[in-house]
Formats: sequence, C-alpha cells, structure tokens
Amino acid sequence: MIRTLSFPEALNLAMVHEMESNDDVFVLGVDVPDHKRHFGSGIGMLEQFGSRRFLGSPLSEAGVTGIAIGAALCGLRPVHVHARADFVLMAMNQLVNMASTKSYISNGRLSVPMVVRTMIGRSWGQGPQHSKSMHSVFAHFPGLKVVMPSDPQDGYSLLRSAIQDNNPVIFLEHRWLYDVVGEVDDDLQVPLGDCKILKTGIDVTILSCSWMSVEAMQAAAILSRYGVEAEVIDVRTIAPLDFQPIINSVDKTGRVVIADNDWMFCGTSAELSAQVTEKCFANLKAAPIRIGFAPVPCPTTRPLENLFYPSAKDIVRAVENLMDIDSLDLSGEVFNEYETRFKGPF
Amino acid sequence: MVSPKILVEPLETYRKMVLIRLSQEAIIREYHKDQIKTPVHLGIGLEGISVGVVQSLPPNTKSFGQLRNHGQYLAITGETDQFFGELYGKKTGMSGGKAGSMHIASPDYGLVSNSGIVGSTISLAVGAALAAKYRGNNGIAVAMFGDSAFEEGEFWESLNFACLHELRVLFVCEDNDIAVHTPGVDRRGFKSFSEAVKGFKCNVFEGDGTDVCSVIEVCSQAISSMLANPRPAFVSFRWFRFLEHVGPNTDFDIGYRSKPTESETLGFDPVHNYESLLISQGYAKETLDRIRRDVEIQIDQSISDAVAADYPGEEDMYLGVFS
Repeated sequence: MIRTLSFPEALNLAMVHEMESNDDVFVLGVDVPDHKRHFGSGIGMLEQFGSRRFLGSPLSEAGVTGIAIGAALCGLRPVHVHARADFVLMAMNQLVNMASTKSYISNGRLSVPMVVRTMIGRSWGQGPQHSKSMHSVFAHFPGLKVVMPSDPQDGYSLLRSAIQDNNPVIFLEHRWLYDVVGEVDDDLQVPLGDCKILKTGIDVTILSCSWMSVEAMQAAAILSRYGVEAEVIDVRTIAPLDFQPIINSVDKTGRVVIADNDWMFCGTSAELSAQVTEKCFANLKAAPIRIGFAPVPCPTTRPLENLFYPSAKDIVRAVENLMDIDSLDLSGEVFNEYETRFKGPF
Repeated sequence: MVSPKILVEPLETYRKMVLIRLSQEAIIREYHKDQIKTPVHLGIGLEGISVGVVQSLPPNTKSFGQLRNHGQYLAITGETDQFFGELYGKKTGMSGGKAGSMHIASPDYGLVSNSGIVGSTISLAVGAALAAKYRGNNGIAVAMFGDSAFEEGEFWESLNFACLHELRVLFVCEDNDIAVHTPGVDRRGFKSFSEAVKGFKCNVFEGDGTDVCSVIEVCSQAISSMLANPRPAFVSFRWFRFLEHVGPNTDFDIGYRSKPTESETLGFDPVHNYESLLISQGYAKETLDRIRRDVEIQIDQSISDAVAADYPGEEDMYLGVFS
C-alpha cells in the first residue's frame, strides 16, 4: 500500500508494523511516552501497545543502553530512542565495548538485536551539544551498523530492516527530515548495507548522506538547469557499506563531490574520499572535493550557524570547481528553505 | 547455620571450590611458560562467594560477571576443557580464543556475559531481568561485581532502574576492599555498602565471603524473598584477595597492604574453612582427598589437551563480527 506520510509518521508506521508482527519488539527511552511522543514519531503507540512495550526510562543513557543490551542478549528486540545523538556519547562504553563485541568474542554464540534511534539536531540555536551527527564515530567500530535515511520511504523501510537485524544498529534521523513528506510503500523492503542512486548523471558524482542528500538533490536540480548532469548517491547505510555502486559511478563520471553532514577530519567523507581515490584513481579527472561542517564546535548564534553548515550552494560551487566552469548565477535560488519550517524550541 | 541445600550437596560444593582453587593454582604454575597469553585476574580467596552464589541460584538464572570471573565460570559449568582451551587461545576454547580470560562466558549454561570494563555487565543483568518480567516468567538475573563497581555510575543507574521496575535482580558485591591497588579508605565517601543502598526499594543483605555456608544462606534468603515478592536484592560479602590485581603473583612486598599472618591466612581461606567444617561434621579426610585427586586429574587432562589443541586460523579471523 502506498501512502503519503511525513518522516515521523513513516517511522511510526515501521515501529507499529514490527511490533504488531513480533511481541519481542519494544521501545524505550527518555520521555518516549510523554505528550510530545518524540517529535510525533510515537503517536498512538502507548495507546496501542501499553507501557510494557512503550516504556519511558530514567535519564540513565549508559545504564539503559546496557539494559537494552541485556534484554537483547535474552532475545528481545529493544528500540532505544534518544532525542539527540549527542546524548548517546554517554552510552558509548555500552555500545562500543559491549554491544559491538558480543557476537565476535562469543564466537557467534551471542547476538545483540537492538536499534538505537537518535535524532541529529538542527534548527536554530542547537549549539555544540545538541547538533552532532557522529555516524563516523559509530561506523569506526566493527560490529555496529550505522543507518541514515534521507526520506520517509527509507525512514520506513530501513527502520523495519534495522529492527529485524540481529545486530546493534545505530539509526540516525536528521531533525529537518521530520518536516519532509513523501510517498511510502509499506511493502518496500530495503536491506541494510547498500546505497541508493537518487538521480543518474554522467558529469559528476555527488555522494551524500542524511540531510545532505536533500541538499545534493537541490544542487543537482540547479546544475541540471545549466546542463550539468550530476549522479546523486545517497549513502544511506554508513556501515557496513557496499562500495561497488559508488565505484561504478565515479569510474563513469570521473569526478566526485562528497557532501557529509559532519566534520570532515577523520570522518565519513574522508573514508569515502579514500575509497574512491584508491579504487577509481585511474579514472579520476580531478581530486575529490569534500564538503562538511566548519571545523569548530557548532556555534549557537544564527549568523555563525549559517557559516557552520554546508548547503546545496556549496555543492554547486564544488561542482563548478571540479568541472572548471564559470560560477552559475544562484541569486534567484532559495537555500536552507527547511529552516523556515522549524518552529522552536527544540 | 547450614542451609538445607548445603546439607544435600556438601561434597558437590566442596568439589566446585576445589575445582576453582586448583584450576587457578594450575594457572599460577603454568603462567611463567608464557603459553597462557591473556591477562588473568585470579580469585584465590573468592571461591566461597563464587560457589555459594551459584549453588543458590534457581535453574535458568541468567548470570553476569566481571573480569575476575574464573570462579563464577567454573562454579556454573564445572567444565575445564573449554576453560583452559580459551586461556591458551585455542580453537577448543568456548570462544575459540577470541574472548580470553576477561570475557569467559557460557551462554549455554546461563553465564551470559563477562566484561573487562568494571561495572559494565550490571546493567546487562538488569536487562535480562527486564526480559524475564516482559515475558511474564519469574526468572532471575544475577550480577556479580567487585567493590570498585560500586563507584561506577552505571551501578547506580542499574540499581535505580531495577528497583523502579521491581525486577528480580541479585546484585552481588564481592568486597575485597581493594580496587586494583587502592584500598577502600581512599575511594569511599560512604559508610558501608548496605547503608548506601538502603534508600532504594530493594532488600539488602550482608554475609561472610570466606564462609561458603554464609554465602549460600544469605543468597538463598535473598532469592526466596525476590521470588515471593519481585524486587531486587543487594548482597555484599567480604573476601580477601591473596594475589596481585592481575597476574599470578602475590604482591605483599609492594607496601600498599600488609601480609596476613598465618592464622589470618587460614581464616581468609574459604576452601580451608569449608574443608574444616566438613571434617568437623564427620566427613572422612580420604573422601575429600579423593575429590581433590579427581579434580587434579580433570585439570591436568584439560591443560594437556589445551596445549595440544590448534590455534584458530585466518579462516576464523573474520567470523562473527556480525550475527
């Protein structure tokens, strides 16, 4: 069945479908059952499943992550929800020392089927402790899967796959996606580990993830009007990742812009750049260009925030640079349009 | 007082304690050969707590422990082939050598997980108890940890959650008054474990870890009460760590603690204490010696098998990262 859903409605539907089909699936986290229901993604679930399966937790990120791991080791499938990825830093010992290693050091006798759903904060004024993305940090550790949907369909399909997966999965949801509406086919299954070609093109490859895939598509539309056809690839699973479609694309275009929703140093953009450089070296017409956060803690005030975050405009400028073409006239374009949809405070 | 359970299984209790003691003495004996290439946190002196707790647990208990876990593993499984296989890093280890001493566990026997990070399995035990409640059964979970874990935030987060949700978790604090090389007096801003925990909605008990009967009595009482009335229990037992924090040696010469006298040594020794009790109750010395010899034979065989076994190969390297 195909429906038109907002991103949180798609996440909600994924959880409801998984919980209806498997009693072992339950949701827990700070304020999960409160009146706001985690930005709307939990609407109706307390009423349908009760507090046994839709459980608020104390503000104990580390302890409750361990509790989720313990429950998962005993066969349950917890979905642990956090309001910001930054808060998950308090649970890193459990995720990295415990969850990511259990299968390997038990020689495959144990598995930790759990999902950590967390939001990447962005709006205005989120500042340095409510804005991090951290996918590169999680993806660094063998044994963790890292998933970043960029539209309602993938929000639905990838969350279902994440809940069905027998491993710890970090599921990162960008705040601005919560205002995106799209068509969702609830029969569409998307496995973890692949990327998605959002638009085909022959001139340049744009690799992007999470919100930067939305920016990449805006950039590609602008470029297309000027006769430049970008191929946009949404790296919707960071780890593990099948690089072959990326290699095929860069071999074809010979040019690549990597637009990440993160800092660049030691980040996913660095990894993707290394991979395409190593594997597509002979076909590259120019060095890869990376786009990401400014290398500072996220500032709170709006003018500096605007300088901190990359946008579609930066992607267009990078493509001009790669293709050695004159600057396009972007004076009529509207960038960062989604920020006007955000209403505070959080 | 001797609990009914110990009257039924005193020789089995003795055999387990001897199994743990002799296995660790074998590690001490073999360690200098540099074939056991894993850091060992030995529990000579801990046998009374390891065996006493395990003997008290109902079937299907989910157990979680810490890095000083050999006693818990051997008390739960009674087996030494996979145990020594793992210590020697061989394919025959229960984790094919990937776990090593600090992560020894046996999910098949209900020993789900141990960890080299102090305090990190306590919350896992609470999760196991949550799973039991979720499924509507009366299964319990036990978390065994050293006194240093009491200082970790996760202990308090776990205790709070377990009390809030009335989970059947047995928190077992193995108190030797030393965290690595620092005595309690330099670490503790509280009067006693029991006093510190008493504000939480759980049952609190104390016992003598050098006396396996005391451990069984306290744990049996704690478990009976949580089975009747679901809520966690916190139990603490004193014991004496005879060896250095990690490794096969004593370290009384360092100066951070004093060497016990000969009579103190005997008093701290749970195996000696239990042996004396059995003999005073009329068990023949020959019976106990025979158990000891049988255990020695078991351990010798396991060690020679482990030495002879294959190491894992490249084909094992990449297996099991994901399930």
